[in-house]
Parts: sequence; C-alpha cells; structure tokens
Amino acid sequence: MSNAVNPAPKATSPPLRAKPTPKLPSHVSEMKTEENNTGVACNAIEMQDLCSWYGNFQALKSISLNVQKNKVTAFIGPSGCGKSTLLRWVNRMNDTIHTARATGSLHMGTLDVLANTTDVVDLRRNVGIVFQKPNPFPKSIFENVAFGPRLHMKLRRSELIDIVEWSLRKAAVWDEVKDRLHAPALGLSGGQQQRLCIARTIAVGPEILLMDEPCSALDPGSTLAIEELMNELRKQYTIVIVTHNMQQASRCSDETAFFFEGELVEMNKTQSIFTNPNNKRTEDYISGRFG
Amino acid sequence: MSSAVNGNRALQELEQQVQTLLHRDRRNLTMVRLREKGIFVGLIGCGLFSLLITVAIVFVLASETVTFFQFPEVTLSNFFLSTDWTPLLGDTKSFGIWALISGTFLVTAIAMLFALPLGLVTAVYLSEYAPRRVRNTLKPVLEILAGIPTVVYGFFALMTITPFLQWCYSGFNVYNTMSAGIAVGILCFPTVCSLAEDALQAVPTRLRDGAFGLGGTRFDATVRVIIPAALSGIISAFLLAIARAIGETMIVALAAGSRAQVTLNPGEEAQTMTGYMVQIAGGDVSNFGIEYYSMYAVAFTLFAITLSLTIVGNHIRRKYRETYD
Repeated sequence: MSNAVNPAPKATSPPLRAKPTPKLPSHVSEMKTEENNTGVACNAIEMQDLCSWYGNFQALKSISLNVQKNKVTAFIGPSGCGKSTLLRWVNRMNDTIHTARATGSLHMGTLDVLANTTDVVDLRRNVGIVFQKPNPFPKSIFENVAFGPRLHMKLRRSELIDIVEWSLRKAAVWDEVKDRLHAPALGLSGGQQQRLCIARTIAVGPEILLMDEPCSALDPGSTLAIEELMNELRKQYTIVIVTHNMQQASRCSDETAFFFEGELVEMNKTQSIFTNPNNKRTEDYISGRFG
Repeated sequence: MSSAVNGNRALQELEQQVQTLLHRDRRNLTMVRLREKGIFVGLIGCGLFSLLITVAIVFVLASETVTFFQFPEVTLSNFFLSTDWTPLLGDTKSFGIWALISGTFLVTAIAMLFALPLGLVTAVYLSEYAPRRVRNTLKPVLEILAGIPTVVYGFFALMTITPFLQWCYSGFNVYNTMSAGIAVGILCFPTVCSLAEDALQAVPTRLRDGAFGLGGTRFDATVRVIIPAALSGIISAFLLAIARAIGETMIVALAAGSRAQVTLNPGEEAQTMTGYMVQIAGGDVSNFGIEYYSMYAVAFTLFAITLSLTIVGNHIRRKYRETYD
C-alpha cells in the first residue's frame, strides 16, 4: 500500500536521489564510503577556483577545497571574509541575492552545482541549510517540520506523523515538544527554535547540512545542545558549519578552513589547525590576536 | 579653515578647551520641564480635537436620526423591515432602508470581486516575482491611479464602461450597478495592491530563505509561507477597500442610477445609501422636511455598517497578527 504512494518523489528527482559515486581525489586510493571512519577522505563537495562577486565587490577569491563526507567541516574567519558566501553557494541560496554571481567549479559528485541547468529545488532538498537566526515559520511545531516533506512528496497523514516524529527525535527536541506539537513554533525558546529548524531541514532527507553560524543567537546552554546534536548528526550527514566561535570549531569539527578577506588561508584537520597552524595569519586569528 | 587649525592643535590644548566646554552652565531645567509640559499639553489637545470632531459628527448624526424617527409617517418597523424606499412619492412614502443597503452591497460586492483578487495577485507579483526595475515603475503608476478624482471614475463608468457592457450584452440599463461596481473596483484596486504589497514586503526575508532552503519554489514560498505570514495585513487591506467601496459616492451617484430597489441583477439601476444622500443634499427637496431628515438616518446606518466593519477588522487583524522580533 505504501509502495503505491511513495514512488512518486523518487521518480520526479532522479539526478541526485540516484547518489552518483563521488569522484575520488587523486591522492586517495580507492575507498568506499563505509570505510570513511578509518580516516581516509571521501569528498562530498569539491570546489575548484571558486570566485564570487556581489556587484563589483569580489567576496571570494579562487577558493579550492574539498569537504569530506560524513565529517564536520568548520569555516572560520573574521566577519566579511566570505565564509558565509561560500556556504550559501553550496545550495545556491545566493540565487536570492540578485547581484551575486560566481565562477569556477563546485561539484557534488557528478553534479555541477553552479550550472544554470541545475535544479535548485532538488539541490536544496539534498543540501539543507540552517540559518544564523532561528527562522521557524509562523505555524505550529508540527506544520513547521511537515512543511518540507509536504512540498516534495505525497504522504498520508500517518506517514507524515512518522517523518515529523523522526525528525524531531533526530534533532533532540522531541521530548520538549511532543506534548505541544500543535502549539505555535514561535512560542519556543531560541535554542528550541533552532533545533526545530534543524528538524525541519533533515525532514526532507538531505545528505549535507549547511549551518550558517547556527549558535550565534543562542545562549551557552542551547549552544551546547546544538553542538551535541551535531556530534550525533555527523554519523549520518556531511556537515559544514560557519562559526565565529573558535572554541566551537575546535570542539565539534573534524576539518577546519580558515578564510581571510575572501581567500582560503589554510585548511587542515581541526587538531592541526588549532595546535600547529602553518600560516602566521591563522595562528594570529586562532590565538585571538585579531578578528 | 577651522579644521586646519584644529588639525594642528596639540592634543593637550584641545583637552583643556573641551574640559572648559564641558563645565559650561547647563540648560535651565525648569525651562526644560516647562517646555516638555507645554508639548505634552499641545499633543493632548490635538488628540482631543480629533476625538471631539468624531464625537460631534456622531452626535449630529444621532440627534437628526432621532428627529427623523419622530415623524408620524416613519416607523421603526417600516425602516428596518420594508424593502421599499420611496421617500419622494407624495402619499405613499415608504422608508425601507434595505432597498438602499442592497444597492450599496451589490455595488460593493461587484467592486470587491474585481479589486480583491486582482489587487492581491498584483501585490504578490510586485513583491515576490517582479524584478526591481518593474516594481519601481509599476508602483508609481498605481499611485497615480489612486490619485485620480472619483468623479472622473464616475464619468469613465458612465461614458466608457456602460457602453462597453451594452455592446457586450444589450440588457444593460444606461444606469447599472455592474458599471458602477467595476469603476469602484478599479478605484479600490490600487489601495488593495499597495497595502497588500506592504504587508508582503514586511514578512522577514529569513522566512523566505527558510522556504527556499527546504527546496521550495517561489510559488511554494509565496502561497505557503509569505501570504499566511502576511495575512493580517492582507485582511486589513481588504477591509479598508471594502469600507472605501461602501462609502464611495461620486461613482455610484453618476453611474448606478437613482431608483432604489432590491435587486441582484447587475444590469439594472439601483440606488446606494451614498447615492441617495447626494440626491437629497443636492437639493431635490426642501430643507427640514422628512426627506431631509431621512438623509441623516441613512447616513447613520452607513456609519453603523462601516464602524462594525472596522471593529470586525481589528478583531481579525489581532487574531492573525504574527509578531517578529
């Protein structure tokens, strides 16, 4: 019975759902995704010479980096260094800013993200984004989480309820909201709202989660809750987080990329970046000498 | 010149200068308090003035309405239950307000049938779809439309819309509610559009981003997030347009005709409440007769209708209002 209902979405979105085998970088011997946790890289996102402009202002200068699958990658750097811009190209959120444009290549597997022909609706379904300020819709908690699944597929009520519960559990907010699923989402605290937004994002089944300073509007307790959540979610998702908080980057990321004035200064394992940075500017920044 | 002097001055000298400035006599606090009190009283006066005018108007309307009901020919049951409005027929005067109310509501309904959907769709286009350049051109054009005197719309209805309607279907009377309703609709359209667009624009960008980020199309974002979030503003726009249509006078006086009758046929003429008041105030009858006072009764009825509309509107707006910090 459920088979009769479910095939539709699969049929409508073949390019990404089919999960093309990621191109392996040259320095990596042939490895499968399952062996990822042995420490060998497998790229979810590959960027080559990515440049970006807002009007005449160049926000990104020839960025080349790879984001590994099922890892947490942190983008750090002072305000205006381009890290959020870069993040927003991964799911083409910059399309909403009409002066923004980009050159270079940004690939996810075989998908050319920046190509005009790329279907952004399908792309964003696979690359979820969580914003700096919690932005639940002015609807009930349930409706917020159900919003995405409803857009993309035909679901019976019971199936929808399953997805909503699963997402809220995954986002570690279920216990706090299960008794008031139909209460307005705007009545939740900031931290709960942010976890609701994460639940809403994973409810459409993305493979990559982009987080644009997800904790900067939250108190320390809520921040901790989100960080623990990220630690859980990395098992299943590839996470890219933009953060101003260097402790946060060092606590919860595997890889860290440091940006300065639109350039990628250094990218390495988080531990190496924080204990033994190669670049003087990185060292100055992480030790709090500027930025 | 002074900046050059300042630029060369030693910091110590500047420090001294500023310290003396900072120790100057402060402004007289008694005077300051007095001025604040004066401004406060002035502002209260302005507030009271508007209140006074409102009360005065309501009082005049009410007292003249009472006078009207004291005429022996007038009964409450005739006024509220009859559907015949024949105040100018010598022996068989009848004052059934429903004849006028039905005219008003027919015109308003026709007008809103045009103005509300068209206004909302245009507002959605301008706010969510239109490139910035198109919006910057179209909005002033709409404002010009809103600035045309209503008598011009009235002539437009009578001289252009009515002949067109008659060309389409010969059953249309020279004066008909369809023509007047369309003209009132065109009149209200910029109001709906402009206010609804403001309401849509006021929805925070992060809600749009949220919908786009989940893989929503522009249409998904508009229909499922932005319009619901702007609902209170959109409803306000609608109610303001309805109130305006109900109170609209020149267009209906010119194009809708002057025969008060209960009808749902938009091809026939019908008199509205405002149309009747124009007819009487225009001098068809002698002052201080029963016809003259009937004008006030009609005006009071109109006032009661628009007032209740405002109250309902405020209630709905409060119910659907979303606050974003």
